[in-house]
Amino acid sequence: MSVVFEKTKGLTDKEFHYCPGCTHGIIHRLVGEVLEEMDLLDDAIGVAPVGCAVLAYDYFNCDMHEAAHGRAPAVATGVKRVLPEKTVFAYQGDGDLASIGTAEIVHAAHRGEMITVIFVNNAIYGMTGGQMAPTTMIGQKTTTSPFGRNAEQTGSPIRIAEMLATIDGAGFIERVSVHNPVHIRKTKKAIRTAFECQQNRKGFSMVEVLSTCPTNWGMSPIASLGWLAENMIPYYPLGNFRNPDKEA
Amino acid sequence: MEEKVICAGFGGQGVMSLGRLMSYTGMHVGKEVSWLPSYGPEMRGGTANCHVIISDTLIGSPIISHDATAVIALNYPSMVKFEHELIEGGYMFYNSSLIEQAPERSGIKSIGVAANEIASEVGDLRVANMVMLGAYLAACKPYSLEDVVAALRKVFGPGKEKFIPLNEAALKRGMEVVESAAVGK
Amino acid sequence: MEKVLMKGNEALCAAAIRGGCRYFFGYPITPQNEIPEYMSRELPKAGGVFLQAESEVAAINMVYGAAGAGGRVMTSSSSPGIALKQEGISYICGAELPCVIVNISRGGPGLGGIQPSQADYFQSTRGGGNGDYRLLVLAPANIQEAVDLMTEAFDIADYYRMPVMILGDGMIGQMMEPVVFKTPAARELPEKEWATTGTGGARTPNIINSLRLDPAELEKLNLHLQEKYERVRANEVRYEMHQTDEAELVFVAYGTSARIVKNAVAVMRRQGVKAGLIRPISLWPFPERAFDELPGSVRALMSVELSQGQMIDDVKISARGRWPVGFYGRSGGMIFTQQEIVEAGEKMLREVSHVSGV
Repeated sequence: MSVVFEKTKGLTDKEFHYCPGCTHGIIHRLVGEVLEEMDLLDDAIGVAPVGCAVLAYDYFNCDMHEAAHGRAPAVATGVKRVLPEKTVFAYQGDGDLASIGTAEIVHAAHRGEMITVIFVNNAIYGMTGGQMAPTTMIGQKTTTSPFGRNAEQTGSPIRIAEMLATIDGAGFIERVSVHNPVHIRKTKKAIRTAFECQQNRKGFSMVEVLSTCPTNWGMSPIASLGWLAENMIPYYPLGNFRNPDKEA
Repeated sequence: MEEKVICAGFGGQGVMSLGRLMSYTGMHVGKEVSWLPSYGPEMRGGTANCHVIISDTLIGSPIISHDATAVIALNYPSMVKFEHELIEGGYMFYNSSLIEQAPERSGIKSIGVAANEIASEVGDLRVANMVMLGAYLAACKPYSLEDVVAALRKVFGPGKEKFIPLNEAALKRGMEVVESAAVGK
Repeated sequence: MEKVLMKGNEALCAAAIRGGCRYFFGYPITPQNEIPEYMSRELPKAGGVFLQAESEVAAINMVYGAAGAGGRVMTSSSSPGIALKQEGISYICGAELPCVIVNISRGGPGLGGIQPSQADYFQSTRGGGNGDYRLLVLAPANIQEAVDLMTEAFDIADYYRMPVMILGDGMIGQMMEPVVFKTPAARELPEKEWATTGTGGARTPNIINSLRLDPAELEKLNLHLQEKYERVRANEVRYEMHQTDEAELVFVAYGTSARIVKNAVAVMRRQGVKAGLIRPISLWPFPERAFDELPGSVRALMSVELSQGQMIDDVKISARGRWPVGFYGRSGGMIFTQQEIVEAGEKMLREVSHVSGV
């Protein structure tokens, strides 16, 4: 019998705690696969955020830190400065990275910190029960924007990839999505390129992954994927914003 | 022996380095020493001061509080501010180039030193602080001129050794101010 | 070793490097700026890394990362900056990581001032951040002691896997005194098998973490921490008894205050008043046992602090009602004179005599 698919060695056997239909599972698998395929697992140190992925330290099959809310890039910086030859990555959500942790992510990019950040943007706070995030879409109802997000009161959704792409220290910045298999494959490629950027010491690297939250969006997993494609991608355009190999 | 000296003046008059040299020399002749600077925004162009203690025994508080044995004041505000920190019979060395009137307080020994003029005569206004130190050395004798020059040699190192004669001349001229006054009495 | 004349802040750095510090993460704040400045110059020469973080919050989280990766790491700041670091300090304690934190404290609350103060006693000894944890807090009173404690601090931190705080103030940081750098007795330190250095394919992953969602597990962590703190209490108490023989009045003061109190004690003894001093060097663990060593002649204690009274709580706990406990303090960067302390001490002795009808 031939093996056509195997679970990556990049993940432990621990069962995910994520909600049914949540795309964190896909993104975890992609990161695990890339680390395995690049033969980095033995040398990698990951940093988990506060948010839905807080338990990521139990899932990635490498040395892990659990950071305070928003501080993962600072923790990753500390690790990387002690172990400059190792592969260091942070895995953060949009509350963690785009709200409480903006200073840490901006300055990690600004220093050109040789770390890779996987930024999972699902336009809402998941872990705490569906509150509004800086990435929440205009009109989107959450538990703290019950009448829909209002730009006058709370501003417009923040575009992190575009913002970080303005920073010279950023080597690789790309926005991808996991709403269908084609884009899942593109996401994996982006994650791989980000880790290569780190390996080649080409600067800070971040992949922003558009993701769903069926539970807090109040939709089925399939409807969520559609909502992502219809509402998020037009506002958060996919594509590369900075690439060390494609400098003008 | 315990010398408690407040050095004070405008920023740029070299009062901090004066105090450091006094402490450094003290350390090299085997005394206990401490140097406590004022710090913060007042250091930016305002009045700077430092407290120097040179003692035969372990130093308790590095703060000089109404028990200064000497004050070296390079400008008028410093003299007015610190004359009341002196003990009875303490020494006030004031820079008479910039301070026209002697301290009001009685019961202290006031010595005017035309430090700016003397320093200019010696060759560089910047050694006015060394002229003041010379006067202090001659009056209070915490250690000798040779001790100070030896300490200067260490502070300057080979690269700045060429500045030793200038500083030594300034120290000597300061000492002469006190010694000639003593002869005149 | 030769004596050198050094500023407190710089002497602390030189001692840290001698003590094995190789990583420094900090952010500018007065009156400790000589520390990051010195480290930026000297740490690279020792093969180490200096990094100025974007904030105190980021700096302490870099410390958390570096300590977890097995580095000998420190940060420094002053009171409001230390307040910002409390989040990271709590995580570091929860994850049981070693590091050294220097607080060259200044007056508060809020932005406060920049002159010497001891108003961070609570912040330092009572945790400061969330949760049941302690820092080992050492408060030097002169530069030589600062150097000696700092040189040893990294060993202590590694030994117990907990942060050590060196608590000074603007005066300790800014003043110069002669120091001699000595080599402390080396502790037998365990290998950092827990560090996240990459598995190398040779072991299961290490996880640096303070999260325990299962209450039973979290309680277990807390009981383990308390067991460790008991060992610290048993082994790391440091204090100085100064002229307490036959003393009637015993001052309790640490750091900068203790120096001024020593002058006051000398003045009082010359005047025939039997005064003495307990000088806690470790503020946590607090030297409760020093009070058990006091002679029967003692009639009163007085806590003397550059605050409105924080350590006095520990003095009262340690006194266990055996003596009345008075207080004298100044704050905001105002520093008492020895004469103020002499007067406060004599007043207290008169009051005690009056009450007891002597």
